[in-house]
Order: sequence, then structure tokens, then C-alpha cells
Amino acid sequence: MSEMVKMNGLQAINAAMFEAMEADPKVLVLGEDIADREGGGVTGTMRGLSTKFGDHRVCTTPISEQAIIGAAIGVAINGYKPVAEIMLMNFTTVAMDMIFNHAAKLRFMSGGQTSVPLTIRTLTGAGWQTAGQHADHLEGWFAHAAGIKVVCPSNPADYKGLLLSCIQDPDPCLFVETGGTLFVPGEVAVDQGPIPLGKARIVQEGTDVTIISYSTMMLRCQAALAGLAEAGISAELIDLRTISPWDKQAVLDSAAKTGRVVIVHEAVRNFGPGAEIAATINEELYGQLKGPVRRLGGPYSPVPFSKPLEDAFLVTPEQIVEAVKGLMG
Amino acid sequence: MADLKNAPVPDAETLVDIYRRMIRIERNDDAIRKTVRLGRLTMPYYSARGQEVIPSTISALLNKEDQICTIYRGIHDMVAKDMPLRPLWAEIAGRIDGTCKGKGGPMHLTHPESGVMVTTGVVGSSMPIANGLAWAAKLDGSKRVAIAYFGDGASNIGAFHESLNLASLWKLPVIFVCQNNGFAEHTRYENATSVDFISKRAAGYAMPGFTVDGNDPVAMYAAAHTAIARARDGEGPTLLECKTFRFFGHVLGDDDFYMTKEEKAAAMADDPLPKFRAKLIADGHATEDRLAKMQADIEAEIADAQEFGLNSPFPSADELRRDIFAEEIPA
Ligand SMILES: Cc1ncc(C[n+]2csc(CCOP(=O)(O)OP(=O)(O)O)c2C)c(N)n1
Repeated sequence: MSEMVKMNGLQAINAAMFEAMEADPKVLVLGEDIADREGGGVTGTMRGLSTKFGDHRVCTTPISEQAIIGAAIGVAINGYKPVAEIMLMNFTTVAMDMIFNHAAKLRFMSGGQTSVPLTIRTLTGAGWQTAGQHADHLEGWFAHAAGIKVVCPSNPADYKGLLLSCIQDPDPCLFVETGGTLFVPGEVAVDQGPIPLGKARIVQEGTDVTIISYSTMMLRCQAALAGLAEAGISAELIDLRTISPWDKQAVLDSAAKTGRVVIVHEAVRNFGPGAEIAATINEELYGQLKGPVRRLGGPYSPVPFSKPLEDAFLVTPEQIVEAVKGLMG
Repeated sequence: MADLKNAPVPDAETLVDIYRRMIRIERNDDAIRKTVRLGRLTMPYYSARGQEVIPSTISALLNKEDQICTIYRGIHDMVAKDMPLRPLWAEIAGRIDGTCKGKGGPMHLTHPESGVMVTTGVVGSSMPIANGLAWAAKLDGSKRVAIAYFGDGASNIGAFHESLNLASLWKLPVIFVCQNNGFAEHTRYENATSVDFISKRAAGYAMPGFTVDGNDPVAMYAAAHTAIARARDGEGPTLLECKTFRFFGHVLGDDDFYMTKEEKAAAMADDPLPKFRAKLIADGHATEDRLAKMQADIEAEIADAQEFGLNSPFPSADELRRDIFAEEIPA
């Protein structure tokens, strides 16, 4: 066992960036407010990088999301490995043409001649009263685009290991950080290396029900575990970690074992990632399930400002327990 | 192209009206900051303290039906446009009596009665929409004008350039008002902007562009009057770059590490409010008594609005199903 250190997600990302930049001079960083002069990013995750690696590798940009992703694509096509920060996930919308029509598709459209080893880091999540334009979970949009991987870590070790993998990956990756998970400390191995993309993690083994989640909702699922244990329910909890491509095997194996599935995400339930997962489980395990696959997610609404409305927008551990109990019959 | 040489000078009553709007903004901002610090308002707050002159002067030249599209740092623009303070306070407190039933919050107030049509939290997004407001005015055959408020950082977004081009091409009655406070979050103007003056960018879109001291009501009046008159007369858009400073950082709680103490102190010493107040009195435009009474009335209005807002009920969870579409979403 290697030595463990306590750190939060911000520190884990920072550590991954230092390692990646040290190991490979082709790794670049660009985004708004990211140099040390500006504080190393709004959450400080890029702190120290510009001082150590210089302004030619760590570039603060104007507020120009389209130009940020465009430049990252162009430099990536030439063999660099840019890590572009889009301050908040909602602002990816300003760069959607670059991400969706270009970054994701250029390998295919060029018949494999070019590739875009680009990592886009972004941050989101409700709970901070930032209302309708600063808190959306849009991972489902990106998962719908063939050619870009979508990664949603929930703990410091995954923040580090998955970011290292995104940077090394030969294709574009969207790395989604969440306000609800970034500040929560956890144990990280001092030599934590890359964690493979597309691999889920079984957080707890169980036999009665499979709960599938990721990002901030993982923490709420973990908070629900005690209530479930109290009710005598043996729950298996899966942290999906990568939304696209997602770990079908791990999910299907678990669902086949328990026969009951609840999927929990913060993204709006309608057309959310849970719909794809539920549909796949139904297709593959029809007849083996003990009940319908349940989905818990945000209501069909923009994220509201008012605190009680925002609270009502987010799935609670109690609702997770209730949903599972409902399945147990 | 237009120049400001023959622009009119504001008369005494206009100057006092500009001051009234400024002090209403400042007192209201002070009350919001205090309430946030006390924990009675839980919201990200982007204070515009220091930027009062810009929307106050512009609003003194606008009619009630003229429309604005503003940004997260925009409560000063709304107060200048005479938005009633009761629904404003209820909104920033997330209550049902708010302008938007508490759904939008401090970054997204809308109040069409006051001409506050859209408030965006996305940098650069006020300009394309203001074009549409202006287009509607033109289609309606009215003399209405539209104002797009935005920051210096927003002039680096593609939408700025697209909007100026379209407005110029269609000769829209819109005024692009850049409130240049020298910083975009933590990034200094010169580290993110290719030109020394944003107004220079107007030339690329064949419209007049002026850089003015946004803390000087008389200079602001000349520029705003010229731009608004052009818009009303069907001559098309103008870009105004108004130089100013924000006293309380990007967002309340920001420690301003990205500027020097001296720089900040100098900017704050140049506070436009006390300066303008002293000048109004020195020039004989208003008496000390009149301004004191004005301020007392405004403080009473704010106290009442605060009381109202903080005591209004919260919306019920059913509100998550309302206003998505015209028809309520079934439970
Ligand atoms: C498209 C987009 N990118 C980034 C942000 C995050 N952000 C909010 S305000 C801001 C700075 C804007 O600066 P400026 O336009 O100068 O206006 P100011 O805040 O100084 O009034 C940034 C980067 C955003 N809201 N929208």
C-alpha cells in the first residue's frame, strides 16, 4: 500500500496539473483568470502553474470562450495537449460550435488524419444560489456528441487520476468539476496515477439494489446508505465516474445481481444520462429485473434562485431512500 | 460622424435628477451589502458602487418605455431606470413578491414596466438581445431606444462584434454602453484587450464610438445625449465606453489582490458621489437642505423596500412547474 495524503479536489487537480506539465512539455493551460497574477483560476486550481512553467505554457485569456476552445483545437491538432478551462459549464454554450462541431468530430471527419487531444475543464452544480445560468449539469448534451469523452469525478483521488487520464487521452475530454465535491477532503495515494476512463467504481457492494450515480449526487447517495442499512436493505453503490463512454459491464453485472436499479443525477431527469442507462438495462436485462429502473434527477426546470426552490430542485438522501424502498415492494 | 463638440449641457434640474438616481443607487447598494454581510440575504452580489454616474445620466435622458438589457452587475442600471425597490428587494431575497417570483434572483431581474427587459449572467449576452429590443422599436414605428449595458471584458466576446455589425447594418436604435471598470474578474484590462480604447472598435463597424469619463455627469451627459438623439432620429447605434471603477471587487468578498492598494485607494478617493454633491451645492444648483431631504426620502424608501422584501413569503415548490411554458407542467 502506498502512503496516503489528505487533500480536497482542488488540491488533487492542482497536483495532477503539476505532474502532467512536468512530465510532458506539450501540456499547455489556457483560460480566464488562470495565471498567478489573476489568482490561478477562480477556484485556485491552477495556482502556481504560471510561475513554475511560464506564460508561454500557462495563458490567461480574454473572456472569449469560442476563441479559447478554437485555439486549443488548433494547437492540439499540432500535437500539443491543451487543458482549457471554461470557468462554468453554462459558458461552454458560448463555445458549443467549437466543442460539438469541431473538437468532437475532427478525427472522424478527417478520416483519422487529425486528432484533438484536448481536455476541457469546467465547473458546475446547484446549491450556491447562482440561479439559471451558472449551475446546469449539461453532461448529457456532451455525451450525446460522438467523439468527446465526458468525465464526472466525485472525490479527490478520482479528480487526480481521471484528470491525468484525460490529459493523456488522444481524444477530447470534458472534465466536469462540481462545487459540491471539490471542497470535500479525501485520501489520495501520494503516487496516485492515471485512473482509466470509462471504468466505474463499486463504492459499496450489496445484493438488494444497485444505485448508480456520479458527481455531487454520489455524496448524497453515500449519505443515503445508512438509512438503507437501517431498513435492512443491502445496497450496491456504483460511481459511474465517466459518463461517456460509460461502464456498461459494471452496471449490467450489478443490475443482473440485484435485479433493482435506481439512478441518481443532478442533471434534469428528462433526457438525462439516466435515461440512456435505464434504457440499456431494460434492453439487456429484460425479464431479469424485479422492478422498473428508477431515475431521480432535477425537475424539468431551470435552476431556480430562491433557496427553498433550489433545495427542492436537488435530490435528497431521503428521496433516494424512499425510491429504493419503493422498489423493494 | 457624430462628435461631442456641440453636445448640449445638462440644466440644473437635470443635474439634480442625475444626482437623485446616483444617491438612490448608492444608498440601495449600501443597504444590500450590509444585509448580505449580516447573512440576511444569501446571494452572490456584484456591487456596482462607484459606477453610479453612468446609468444615472443615461436614465435621466430615457423615457419610461425605453428599454435596457443589463448584466449581473446591473442593479445600479435598474435602480437608475426607476425600478420600484419593493419587488427588487423581494427578488434578491428569493421571495414570491419579487420581480421574478424569486426565480431569477440578483443576476436576473426583469421588470418590463420599468423597461428592464433582460438581465443576463453570461458575459457578452446583453448586446445581441438589445439589438432585438431596438429592432422591435423600429418595427413598431416608435421612438423608443434600447440600451445594452456590459463590461470591458465583454467586448472580447464574439457576440459583441456580431452585435455591433448587425446594429450598424440595420441602423438600429441601440446604444452600446460599456462600463469600463478596468477589470474583468481578476484580469486587468490591458492583459486581455487588444486596443487601448474599446471605443476604437466602433470604427470597424462604421458607427461612432466615444470614450468618456464615466464618473463625470457632464461628460457622460454630452455623450449619452448624442448617442440617444442619434438613435431616436434613426441614425443608428453608438458605442460609448465609460471609464469608471468598481469599489467592492468583482463579487462581494473578493479581496482585490490583483490590484495595488494605492491604485484602489486613489480610485476610491475619486468617488463620484461626494464630488458631484459638493459641486451641485457650490454651483448653486441645489441646497444642502434639498439634497439632505432627498436622501432621507430615499433612505425611507429603501428601508420600506427592505422590510417588504425580507418579509415576503418564499415561493412554494409548485413554482418549479410554473413559467417553464405558458401552461403549467403537470405535477
Ligand atoms: C461567457 C462567460 N464567460 C465567463 C463568465 C464569468 N464571468 C462573470 S463576470 C466576468 C468578468 C466580466 O468582466 P467585465 O465584462 O469587464 O464586466 P465587470 O464584471 O467588470 O462589470 C467573468 C469572466 C461569464 N459570466 N460568462
